[in-house]
Amino acid sequence: MLDPVLSAAEKPPILEMRGISKSFGAVKALSDVSFTVKEGEIHALVGENGAGKSTLMKVLSGVYPYGSYEGSILFSGEERHFRDINDSEKLGIIIIHQELALIPLMSIAENIFLANGPSKFGVIDRDARYLRTKELLAKVGLSEAPETLITNLGVGKQQLVEIAKALSKDVRLLILDEPTASLNETDSAALLELLKEFRRHGITSIMISHKLNEITEVADRITVLRDGKTVGTLDCHEGPVDEDEIVRRMVDRDLESRYPARVSKIGDVIFEVENWSVYHPQHSSRQMVKNVSMKVRAGEVVGISGLMGAGRTEFAMSVFGRAYGRDITGTVKIHGKEADTSDVHKAIKAGLAYVTEDRKHLGLILAEDIRKNVSLAHLGGVSTRGVIDDISEMRVAQEFRTRMRIRSHNVYQETGKLSGGNQQKVVLSKWLFTGPDILILDEPTRGIDVGAKYEIYSIINELADAGKAVVVISSEMPELIGTCDRIMVMHEGEFVGEVAGDEATQENIMRAIMRRKGR
Amino acid sequence: MSTPQEAVVAPKAGTGFWKDNLRDYGMLISLVVIVIFFQIATGGILLRPLNVTNIVLQNSYIVIMALGMLMVIVTGHIDLSVGSVAGFIGGLAGLLMVSWGVNLAAAIVICLVVGGVIGGIQGYFVAYFKIPSFIVTLAGMLVFRGFMIAILGSQAIGPFPPIFQKLSSGYLVELISSDGGIYVTSFIVGLILAVLMVWQNFRSRARRVSHGVESEPMGFFIGKNVVVFAAIAFVAYLISSHRGLPNVLIIMAVLIVAYGFFTNRTILGRQIYAVGGNARAAELSGIKTTRLVFWTFVNMGVLAALAGLVVAARLNSATPKAGTGFELDVIAACFIGGASAYGGVGKVTGAVIGAFLMGVMNNGMSILGIGIDYQQVIKGLVLLGAVCVDVYNQRR
Repeated sequence: MLDPVLSAAEKPPILEMRGISKSFGAVKALSDVSFTVKEGEIHALVGENGAGKSTLMKVLSGVYPYGSYEGSILFSGEERHFRDINDSEKLGIIIIHQELALIPLMSIAENIFLANGPSKFGVIDRDARYLRTKELLAKVGLSEAPETLITNLGVGKQQLVEIAKALSKDVRLLILDEPTASLNETDSAALLELLKEFRRHGITSIMISHKLNEITEVADRITVLRDGKTVGTLDCHEGPVDEDEIVRRMVDRDLESRYPARVSKIGDVIFEVENWSVYHPQHSSRQMVKNVSMKVRAGEVVGISGLMGAGRTEFAMSVFGRAYGRDITGTVKIHGKEADTSDVHKAIKAGLAYVTEDRKHLGLILAEDIRKNVSLAHLGGVSTRGVIDDISEMRVAQEFRTRMRIRSHNVYQETGKLSGGNQQKVVLSKWLFTGPDILILDEPTRGIDVGAKYEIYSIINELADAGKAVVVISSEMPELIGTCDRIMVMHEGEFVGEVAGDEATQENIMRAIMRRKGR
Repeated sequence: MSTPQEAVVAPKAGTGFWKDNLRDYGMLISLVVIVIFFQIATGGILLRPLNVTNIVLQNSYIVIMALGMLMVIVTGHIDLSVGSVAGFIGGLAGLLMVSWGVNLAAAIVICLVVGGVIGGIQGYFVAYFKIPSFIVTLAGMLVFRGFMIAILGSQAIGPFPPIFQKLSSGYLVELISSDGGIYVTSFIVGLILAVLMVWQNFRSRARRVSHGVESEPMGFFIGKNVVVFAAIAFVAYLISSHRGLPNVLIIMAVLIVAYGFFTNRTILGRQIYAVGGNARAAELSGIKTTRLVFWTFVNMGVLAALAGLVVAARLNSATPKAGTGFELDVIAACFIGGASAYGGVGKVTGAVIGAFLMGVMNNGMSILGIGIDYQQVIKGLVLLGAVCVDVYNQRR
């Protein structure tokens, strides 16, 4: 499938990976993958989680050194044997990982020139660094002062600093792993514009992403990986590429729709939050959530939409046992009665579950296996008089592994070694095992692939069918529109609008936000 | 021992079993190798009954403290004050029993309570004030070393009442007269212990097999139990050929079993590992992390106090030097035993094996006449090496 595209190429390839195979023990992560990137293009790399995208990029950048894989890598026409990441960086291959690698308490300039930068005899040349940083920041469209600390920047701007850092190294091939996963719509759009700008200057980019609309917008070509093999490369200039076409190749099956259908059976109000206010934990005068109220009925899925920093996560976490914020006021009612949710333990007992947006840091113990993570929030359910019954614990884990279709060798596999989608399913299992009546899912599909997303939506539907009240917080509007009965729009700590699920469109949600913004 | 063929018979892939358990058995194998090495190098002195009893007595307080330290390390903290606390409590015991003539039982209770309070104060700063444990316990180390010298006035207090001395120098009362040179009661107790352990192993295996979740190959299981039984019986034989079971060994064994059970099988034990593995995730799972950290420090304080009493009873005096440097041996035992400095990982059995590994090395090198200078060098290198091997294995 690759060859026709190659022969049509007018520019020579900057990168050619031929017949790459890589195994971890008995598991074959990549088998005979070929991947060609032309000079000056934006090349998207897509595939389900565990399809081998990250592994392929790690082979390319030398994280997996020459000799630990089979096949050959040609970069600007020559065969390369990278022993580590420094080798590939020297040639201008720069990877920007999903988890940003900036040091929060250092300035932008210090971060950009962390490893090397203008200096005289080993002494940092501050003025040169300052000026150079200003230049680089201008290139990525940032007007921040170089001495600004990273911790004071939002995620979107941090992403741009990472890119500026890449530019400081004379980048020839920029690899972005899920660059927009944690960005809001505006920042994402800005980032994509920047990539296009780079293309005009001849910088080649590889972009790994699950956001198909973004890919079809910017990519010149799209390579699809499935189960460690190349499925094919689509050329966007040969005609418009259909998102469904990409999905079909990724999952090797037709997803009738990206959102499973559900007939809502909505019951009585079982979850109410009234006059809820929360202040920032450190800056006690900043009110993060401003006197908001919401009601959710049994069997109902309610979405909370809003821009980054609208206070959605703060609202959810503060309701969930005051896990966020200070000076919290307001009442929570469950089944019509006021519930004590003054700490997380009590909130769980009252029937609440909160599935975090940050599964790696707040959701899982990565070094522990699936079994121990699943039972963690409800150890009482697998114990008698404080003693854990290992057999019933394992049974529970196996049940969830089957029910949630967690892909792993067994329940004793470390969660840190699972793909994003499977990790998310483990977190969901943990909360389902607590037997909650109300589930708050914060960005439940962040950074996971189309197939796993579909499965998560199906689980949401099952929960609603079982009469639970489900609250979904998401930055992806199509997701909310596709899954929710009702969408509430949050802006600067307040609910500023509400749209019924069948009437919801991206436009009217955005309008609700913008109306407030313009005020 | 088992063969590769038998491993394949296991219901779930045998290779997974070996991979998962290599680390645990690796520790034990290193201990055995070191014992054999010193047994040969010392021309058989190491495993003489007298010397085996000595190794147990010399290391009892390290093992006792390692149990508490393991949990502190598992929560992601450290306690540098244990040596000073043990010394201080020894001094306090001397003051109470020798100088003031306080009743023995009351004095012991007071000492343990004071140990718990000291741990509690440190734990309070660590858990609730979020001050790094390294700093809090470094301060504690200085403070209690100072207090000890203050109460002892830089001289030793002693001797202790004879009953108290029995804590460290006493042996199990023999019910049957022993004329053949063997302390029969002690030997029987040892054998009963061995039988109990093997029986327990078989019982839990039967349960796992009946639920279809056993992955350990049968041949290996039998081999393991034969080795366990033989090892305990052998040690019991050696010990009962000297003067019988030392009281302190009984205390130690009870504590090891109790803490092993606590960390492995109970909800609270599991939660301690969760706190060390990911404190924020644990908190959001409804675990009261601050409270748990606080109580691990209280527990550490009590065990340090108990160790202080054991040391005082063994020396038969409270001296201002007691406890110096203990914290390093205790911490080293935990790390050699596979605990992670980042928290969340570590086993009671590992810490105990680590403590004995250090103990056997100390003892063996002393018999060989290696000076205290090079003993330190070698111990340091062993600590570094053990952790390196562990880290390397984890990365693989």
